Amino acid sequence: MDLFEYQARDLFAKHGVPVLDGDVIETPEAARAIAERFGGRAVVKAQVKVGGRGKAGGVKLAADPADAVAKAEAILGMDIKGHTVHKVMLAQTADIKDEYYVSFLLDRTNRTFLAMASVEGGVEIEVVAEENPDALAKIPVDANEGCTPEKAAEIVAAAKFPAEVADQVAEVLQKLWKVFIAEDALLVEVNPLIKSGEGKIIALDGKVSLDENAEFRQPEHEALEDKAAANPLEAAAKAKGLNYVKLDGQVGIIGNGAGLVMSTLDVVAYAGEKHGGVKPANFLDIGGGASAEVMANGLEIILGDADVKSVFVNVFGGITACDAVANGIVQALALLESKGEAVTKPLVVRLDGNNAELGRKILTDANHPLVQQVDTMDGAADRAAELANK
Amino acid sequence: MAIFLTKDSKVIVQGMTGSEGMKHTRRMLASGTQIVGGVNPRKAGTTVDVDGTEVPVFGTVTEAMEKTGADVTVIFVPPKFTKDAVVEAVDAEIGLAVVITEGVPVHDTAAFWAHAGAKGNKTRIIGPNCPGLISPGQSNAGIIPADITSSGKIGLVSKSGTLTYQLMYELRDIGFSSAVGIGGDPVIGTTHIDALKAFQEDPETELIVMIGEIGGDAEERAAAYIAEHVTKPVVGYVAGFTAPEGKTMGHAGAIVSGSSGTAQAKKEALEAAGVKVGKTPSETARLAREIIAG
Repeated sequence: MDLFEYQARDLFAKHGVPVLDGDVIETPEAARAIAERFGGRAVVKAQVKVGGRGKAGGVKLAADPADAVAKAEAILGMDIKGHTVHKVMLAQTADIKDEYYVSFLLDRTNRTFLAMASVEGGVEIEVVAEENPDALAKIPVDANEGCTPEKAAEIVAAAKFPAEVADQVAEVLQKLWKVFIAEDALLVEVNPLIKSGEGKIIALDGKVSLDENAEFRQPEHEALEDKAAANPLEAAAKAKGLNYVKLDGQVGIIGNGAGLVMSTLDVVAYAGEKHGGVKPANFLDIGGGASAEVMANGLEIILGDADVKSVFVNVFGGITACDAVANGIVQALALLESKGEAVTKPLVVRLDGNNAELGRKILTDANHPLVQQVDTMDGAADRAAELANK
Repeated sequence: MAIFLTKDSKVIVQGMTGSEGMKHTRRMLASGTQIVGGVNPRKAGTTVDVDGTEVPVFGTVTEAMEKTGADVTVIFVPPKFTKDAVVEAVDAEIGLAVVITEGVPVHDTAAFWAHAGAKGNKTRIIGPNCPGLISPGQSNAGIIPADITSSGKIGLVSKSGTLTYQLMYELRDIGFSSAVGIGGDPVIGTTHIDALKAFQEDPETELIVMIGEIGGDAEERAAAYIAEHVTKPVVGYVAGFTAPEGKTMGHAGAIVSGSSGTAQAKKEALEAAGVKVGKTPSETARLAREIIAG
């Protein structure tokens, strides 16, 4: 889960990383009191989870409280790379003498954590990595040893921070590491980390991404979710514990196992090339169990998607036998119809693997007018795409 | 032969007495696996009747190994206990730890992986968030259905459980030496490369099927390894061509970040290494079949 800048700032402050005073607002008028608190001047920053907001006009300097209101009004509602601005952060202005970069992140390739640091901050770090790789220090950090004072000093030396800020940056690194560990983060990034006119090191802007697998021990993280921005179908699916991602096509997909469902999306997209360019409408993995209730929940979400024209249920019976899955489909359809939900979209079902014959027979005997069976994944994808193109 | 797991493997189950652990212990036993014990400190000294087989429960992995000669552990404990369970297995220096548990925080996986490294990597770790591995007709450590196919000359390594089952099913008449599900988390123990190396060295394996998916660069690194070290034919499949950028697709590690981790890049890297890559699982099976037929 990626956080907004103001949420990252809050987590930095919580763990002692030096930040400037700031507040987040959703209406322009609220900017006035905050700018007054700062003594008049304020930086007004769009809160969007996408880079390049400065260039897009999403960061403005306000000269006084009235100007802060005007700037907030201009930025709220702005579209930045497809993200609508619903919140702006007002922050104290800073006297920037130097801009640096520091981060901790998961290094998948080396199966460890990595510190990155550069004295060339304030620009996108990908650009620095590309154009001047020597200016970006990368130091592995052992998950069990952590960012000790010695490790922090090593990072500072590798990135060639000036001597007069070395101790301060080392201290910030250790506090940032606390954020990384205590919050179960996948990424904590400060860009820019600035040196102020008074020589103080301050985190001016930051990015944090959190591990959703750690939610069981991070009860406060749920409140950080951007529920307003979530797609309503995704939100409804999440509430039912379903692993669902909304896509922009017309063929609703239900399958078991993340890999098989990803593969199903691809196969449907290929089939769609022959059928007017129809594409998968969603990712939905109902997992190994595939009980009638889970199947009903999944079907309910997918049939509730106005974009869906046909549904492809693709199940390989591994641990779960296909007869159980077939019974699940029949019961799910009955359950939905008993709830008064008209099932009007055609379902193409492909069952293979454990007890496939039995499962197919159950669906044949049930003889539901909207359910068709195709025995192969490729054939079923083709049929579902064809039906979505009608 | 087979890789990592043979008929002689003596398997214990950490978390055997939980519902998933019990269900799959039953299945593993039924498929002929030598299950020699379970580990649960609160039930140490008792035995559990698993469909007529009395399976002893030990307090620790070390005790289970001393009393039974166990060399494999399959871990079914919930996510919040997984790190401790793996660390215990590593400290006991068991040869193979198969971590089935899904939803382990990546900080915990990184920590037990670093711990294993600090202890000299004496324990091979597979997973987490994986279906385990099977050497058909010999032994089954995890949740892969044992009745899909029998032993044969294909070796398979995959990030995905159900795609493993799908490909085993499509190629069931040929059979498999071993099928290894390495899992779809961002940090995993055994990699594609580890399995490729073992299959290359395994005399029974004549062809290798490698299944990947979006996220990270494991497939690209495997491709480089294949070009350099693997002389047996490799057939590949990559899932997730249609996955949008920045969305996690079921597996915690299945995410395209910016322009990295795309299915297209993985496919191209594999093809550049001489791997035949199928467009669908069925086409992948057909490519494997053609190579085996000569």
